[in-house]
Amino acid sequence: MTHLPFIVASYGITLITIIVLSVGAIRRLRRARAQLASLEKITHQS
Amino acid sequence: MTRSLLPPRSSSTLQGNVFSRFFHYYANPGRFLHMGTRVQPYLTYSALFFTFIGLVWGLFFSPPDWQQGDTVRIMYVHVPTAILASSGYAALALCGLFSLVWQHPLANLAAAEIGPVGACATALCLVTGSLWGKPMWGTYWVWDARLTSVLILFFLYLGHISLIHAFEDQQHGYQAAAILALAGVIDLPIIKFSVDWWNTLHQPDSITLTKAPTISSSMLWPLAFSMVGFFLGFCAIVLARLRAAILERRIRNLLFPSHHQPFNSR
Repeated sequence: MTHLPFIVASYGITLITIIVLSVGAIRRLRRARAQLASLEKITHQS
Repeated sequence: MTRSLLPPRSSSTLQGNVFSRFFHYYANPGRFLHMGTRVQPYLTYSALFFTFIGLVWGLFFSPPDWQQGDTVRIMYVHVPTAILASSGYAALALCGLFSLVWQHPLANLAAAEIGPVGACATALCLVTGSLWGKPMWGTYWVWDARLTSVLILFFLYLGHISLIHAFEDQQHGYQAAAILALAGVIDLPIIKFSVDWWNTLHQPDSITLTKAPTISSSMLWPLAFSMVGFFLGFCAIVLARLRAAILERRIRNLLFPSHHQPFNSR
């Protein structure tokens, strides 16, 4: 019985989870920054 | 000239040792954001560096185990996630303590951001452990003391996340979650010593703080790199999420000034 599928699955699931968490955090941060910048612009104009 | 990240020593409002000065100084969300923005790239790139070296070394260049063969390579992802699962929960409990006792303004937000990342680390620990268990033990799961106590930790994380969102007044949610985080700390020594207290299928710890490691240095080094990389990665992801949460709180306060929510409101 080859153990390769278990090794590949372990590394694959770990890397996918890390990538999903990282990309999610980066996108959330960028969205919040952009929203805050546009809100502050509106506040300064009014 | 670049400003130091350490709090100024001369400030009259900052008393006590370096540790408490640090926590009081960075209780200010603006200061924390400034510090976080500066620290984030160093944390992220060092996490990528250590994780890449650790995983490539472990997967392609470390020797196979004399008993387990190549399956031992699962260790380079399983052990770091197991350590993160426990240390993440310890951080969650620490945030609970800071929130309930000292009403630290950022403790609740930090706990809310650590929870999901810690739950993912615990889920990864359980899944990679199962994938390691199948070829070695012949089964994906046994109701072994170590495995069961880690599963309980996963449920504690889920409970913490649910409690934060369970109340209409979010402060009540934060408070309930902080109490759960502190009560759940009892599971951490059970996880740690389960392999000593009970006769388990899970092997005893190969690395402890008190004894010399029982694994070969040719496996220990890639494991150490992987552990450092995963730890830095965990910190980097939590920091990015916390920075986003602070900005989102500012946005809500700007959009709904009548519902202004200070960081440490009760």
